[in-house]
Order: sequence, then structure tokens, then C-alpha cells
Amino acid sequence: MQRVMFSALAGGLFGAGLLVSGMTDTTKVQGWLDVFGAWDPTLAFVLGGAILPMLVAWQIAARRAGPALGGSFPNKPDARLGHNLVLGSVLFGAGWGLVGLCPGPAIASLSWGGTGGIVFLISMVAGMLAAPPIRTRVDRLAAA
Amino acid sequence: MDFIQPDWIWGLVGGLMIGTAAAIFLLFNGRIMGASGIVGGLVDRSGLGNWAERGAFLAGLVVVPALMLPLYATEVSTNITSNLGIVIAGGLLVGIGTRLANGCTSGHGVCGISRFSLRGIVATVFYLLAGGLVMVLFRHVLGVI
Repeated sequence: MQRVMFSALAGGLFGAGLLVSGMTDTTKVQGWLDVFGAWDPTLAFVLGGAILPMLVAWQIAARRAGPALGGSFPNKPDARLGHNLVLGSVLFGAGWGLVGLCPGPAIASLSWGGTGGIVFLISMVAGMLAAPPIRTRVDRLAAA
Repeated sequence: MDFIQPDWIWGLVGGLMIGTAAAIFLLFNGRIMGASGIVGGLVDRSGLGNWAERGAFLAGLVVVPALMLPLYATEVSTNITSNLGIVIAGGLLVGIGTRLANGCTSGHGVCGISRFSLRGIVATVFYLLAGGLVMVLFRHVLGVI
């Protein structure tokens, strides 16, 4: 039960932060990516601000045996990069630029995003369902 | 100090809230706060083992900003394009891409960069570059977004 409560707390604070930061506004995200237009640096402040508490959190995690609610901390990230990481990030970035929404803000804005927001979420879920066979094919092509 | 925009301050404040949320999720639940991974695990059923945690996270993510809307004097809008073809294409690309890459802005960007993960840094460089190129092509060359 505690795990569920802390999950809801983290999700709620994440959503509040996304709204406060302006990242649920597609024009601010596209303004950041539009280096050759009316460039908007807000996203750099958001990312920088978000990384600061996590720098501290990873240091704390390194000195503790495990998370406060039991279990274990996430494994060290895989050092291998892989084709799926690069191809996936390029596809994600392209979609992010086209619409100005990434998964967090797309979900956070569900209550006020209107039809466009819901269509985006349904398309995103469809893309997630389509991903596993694509991943397998990329792996096979890379190994060949 | 005139050159400092209020939006930048709000960005920093909101960013600190996002990072604190990620820190809580890591230090209490022992998990990476990645939006695409939390949803994706429910969508492809690979994360059904802890569906309650995922569901509670998503419920908080939707409900808390919804409750904050009355605090704003002007109407809050995502200003999303009315071109549904673009919306569908963008959604599909975000869905496929984040699952292939195993992460998005929150997982790779916030959680990955802060632990100096090479994968997180490389992913962030590529999605920023791709997003920037799409702006050049679709806004400045084709003029469709």
C-alpha cells in the first residue's frame, strides 16, 4: 500500500511540475527545438532543474543498501548503446518535434488537452503496441 | 535583471518539482521515473506485475495538474495543432521510438543524464537533434507545423 501511495505522490508531483514548467504547452517545446526560429530556452531550465535533485538522489542511492520501501535499486545502466537506442531516439525526437508532446506531458494534460490530446495518446499507445516486432527486426538486421 | 523571463523561473521551479518526483520514486520505490516505460509496461503487458504502482503513478500524473487548473487566471491550453494527421503521425513516432529506445525525456533525460549514463546522454542527443531537424524541415521548409 505504501508503494502505491508513494507512486501516486511521485506521479502527482511530476504532473504538477510539468504544468508549472510550461512543458504541457506544445508551443514552448517546439519553441525550444526551433533553434532557427523564435528560440525559447525554457526547456533547458526545466531539464537543468530536474537533473539537480536527481544528482543528489543517485548519490544517496549509492550509499544505501536499498530503497526505503524495500526491494533493490535499478541495475547499473547497460553500457552498450545499440541500434534500437539510436533509431528509437531519432523516431521519438521526430514525433516530439512534430507535435510538441512527449509521453509525460501528453498524459498530464489529459484533462484539458481536448480531442487532439486524446488522439495523440491513442496513437502513442498504438505505436507502443507496434514497437516489439520492430525492435526484433532491428536486432536481426543489426546482427546480420 | 530584465533579460530573465518569468517563464524561465517557472521552468526552473517546475523542473525542480519533476526532479524531486523522480528522486522520491527512486529512493522510496527503487524505480526509474520514466513516463514511457511506466505506460509502456501496461500497454505491452510486460509490467503487469506491478500494475498498481504504475496505475497510481499515472492517476497522480493526470489528477494533480487537473486540480491545479483553477489556480490559473487564464485558460490553460496545450496549443496542440489542429492537424490530426500530424498529431497521429507524432503520436505513433513517440510511441514506437520511446519503446525502441527504452525511454523518453524523463527516463533518459532526467534520470539517465543525472547518473551519467552513456545511454541516457546518447538518447538525449539524438532526440534533440531529430526534434531540431523536424522543426527545420516541417516548419521552415515545408511550413506545415
